Amino acid sequence: MTADAPVIEVRVVLPVHLRTLARVGSEVTVKVPGGELTQRRLLDAVEAEFPVLLGTMRDRNTGKRRALVRFYACEQDLSNEAPDAPLPAVVAAAIATGREPFLVVGAMAGG
Amino acid sequence: MTQVRVLAGTRKGAFVLTSDAKRKKWSVSGPHFGGWEIYHLKGSPVNPDRIYASQNTSWFGQLIQRSDDGGLSWEPVGNDFTYAGGDPGTHPWYDDTPRPWEFKRIWHLEPSLTDPDTVYAGGEDAALYKSVDGGTSWTELTGLRTHPTGQTWPPGAGGLCLHTIILQEPRIYVAISSAGTFRSDDGGETFRPVNRGLVSEGIPDPDAEVGHCVHHVEAHPSRPDTLFMQKHWDVMRSDDGGENWTEVSGNLPTDFGFPIAVHPHEPETLYVVPITSDSLHYPPDGQLRVWRSRAGGNEWEPLTAGLPQRDCYVNIYRDAMQVDTLESAGVYFGTTGGQVYVSADSGDTWDAIVHDLPAVLSVEVQVLP
Repeated sequence: MTADAPVIEVRVVLPVHLRTLARVGSEVTVKVPGGELTQRRLLDAVEAEFPVLLGTMRDRNTGKRRALVRFYACEQDLSNEAPDAPLPAVVAAAIATGREPFLVVGAMAGG
Repeated sequence: MTQVRVLAGTRKGAFVLTSDAKRKKWSVSGPHFGGWEIYHLKGSPVNPDRIYASQNTSWFGQLIQRSDDGGLSWEPVGNDFTYAGGDPGTHPWYDDTPRPWEFKRIWHLEPSLTDPDTVYAGGEDAALYKSVDGGTSWTELTGLRTHPTGQTWPPGAGGLCLHTIILQEPRIYVAISSAGTFRSDDGGETFRPVNRGLVSEGIPDPDAEVGHCVHHVEAHPSRPDTLFMQKHWDVMRSDDGGENWTEVSGNLPTDFGFPIAVHPHEPETLYVVPITSDSLHYPPDGQLRVWRSRAGGNEWEPLTAGLPQRDCYVNIYRDAMQVDTLESAGVYFGTTGGQVYVSADSGDTWDAIVHDLPAVLSVEVQVLP
């Protein structure tokens, strides 16, 4: 992909508390500007569409994933992948074509 | 018709309890923000329908909610609680190793006495923030955290939390567990510790300027220089703006506890809820007793009517006791067992408003004309 590539529409599934906060249903669609599909660019698009989610998935200053938030797609746990690394080709293709959503998940941690 | 509105923050959401001035029949609305920890809600003294709420979970972090209709509807506002000035450095962890200063949550919100858009927030790790736009944006008042002792403040058992904010502008008092009480005389530009007279068994230096585990501080509006404190152990008072403290635990069965409250019309009438010890966070002998002093401390009487006197092992957190301003003064407190109790006669008798909320973290009371 290049910077001139068309905008990618990505399906994103949010955890229930963030749906409530953003006042959306179980799944949203966000527009990621053309270019390599990375977690950072995808999450930037989510936060741009829903500013109320700023700080709820990633630290506002460092951009680091919150400890109890996980990112999944295509049955893969992407949580510990580098934010600026291109998503694995098979994942990127599935997400970019809308076949699979990107999942933001609250970690199972009791409570 | 006069209405009383109780704002209860709990471990799993916020609840709004309303009654008329008799305070016998209550309506309950909530949970608002179900599933989130609501450490504190508080309404503006200028516009009581303007209410701020601190919403947090370990999963999704900190949010601030604002209502302009008395808690019927809410709008998330700003949640950027950045430490000003770049790297905030470290403070000692429990084992004395250096720990990076890290924002975790807002413990307490204190709306301005004069402007509904101005509100202060006390954070963990300890910092004081101010918003002048209704909570949309926040600025740290760095004069507190950057005090020369700041790098020596250890956390209390609940964290390094700023939990008390008393506004007497330009004077501001704040209290931090476990650093102590601090005073600003210039609207929050600079702060200095005011802890002389506090003695804490965990600190070898009896004259330690900071490091005290202050649990809560209150002042009566008519006597701004008189402060009352529930410390980790010890109930204390100061009559000179915190310059000197003296112990007034007197005949309390134990002087460990979290909240302290002052009667709205009798500035020498105090309320505390003694807790067995720092490792046994429940009332002595399973008896839930509020203790009242009508002498500004030292002489205390137990208040038991309507409170469970057997098999009761709840705790009452530092921000979970309040008074109202009605002529027959109301006293309120919430428990970790989910009860919110009210006394409409200054503590003589008590009733439970609700029995089964999630653990109550904070209670605030508003009297509406």
